[in-house]
Amino acid sequence: MITCQQAVRRFWSFLEEELDDETRGRLEEHLAFCRTCCGELEFARELRRMLAEAPAGAVPADVQRRLDAFVAGLGGSS
Amino acid sequence: MTVSPPADAPAEPTFAELVGPALPWLYGLARRLVGADHAEDLVQECLLRAYRARRDLRDTAAVAAWLRRILVNLSHDRARRDDRRVAEVPVEDVEGWSLYRTLIAEDPLPYSDSLHLDFLESFGVEDVWAVLDRLPAIYRIPLVLVHMEGYSAREVADIQDTPLGTVLSRLARGRKHFERELWHYAEETHLLTTPAGAPS
Repeated sequence: MITCQQAVRRFWSFLEEELDDETRGRLEEHLAFCRTCCGELEFARELRRMLAEAPAGAVPADVQRRLDAFVAGLGGSS
Repeated sequence: MTVSPPADAPAEPTFAELVGPALPWLYGLARRLVGADHAEDLVQECLLRAYRARRDLRDTAAVAAWLRRILVNLSHDRARRDDRRVAEVPVEDVEGWSLYRTLIAEDPLPYSDSLHLDFLESFGVEDVWAVLDRLPAIYRIPLVLVHMEGYSAREVADIQDTPLGTVLSRLARGRKHFERELWHYAEETHLLTTPAGAPS
């Protein structure tokens, strides 16, 4: 049976579906009886979603103006 | 004999017409990779390089992927220049730390039924960016590329000309860094003074 430390180390690979069958099986075996690790896996899942869904946000207006001017300064012809 | 294009052939787009629509997401990507202070510089560097290499772009429909590749490569070059003096954080400083277990131990939201989820929901977009800005580029860039931009670790290894094992190690440490900075940021900005969704 793997330890909690070993289980936690495998969480992100588990979420990315990168574990081989044997390793995934041992992790799932651990999760079957460890509530804390189940909670930590759920937390890792939410953290992963937080990163994946963080929007890029709008370009500040002054930055957009400067970038437009920069492109125009490079030359408008191809 | 010179062959002229048909009179009704569409004109070649100008460089400005090609890259103009890409500027918002290009800036957003730069913002994530190098932080707010350097994003504009990086985009300008990218545009300059793209302009000089514009004859290499055969398919104008691929301009977005082309610009992305230039930007990501430049961010890596910049990180290598800037972080040459930054040592990798020792594994024992990061690996043993757990935000989840810290939240359980500290219980910053005593009235919450889903403490760790409410903790994450306390962070707005600007907060997430501010936390990402705290990470050294050596950890931030792989984290952004893999977990925000959808690159595989192998693709990042190829871009950075770095062994896959090194990229995986930096991803793992980067995630731990990110967790620890989420906690520090929450403490410093008193983000948890008011539980998420509760009236302030």
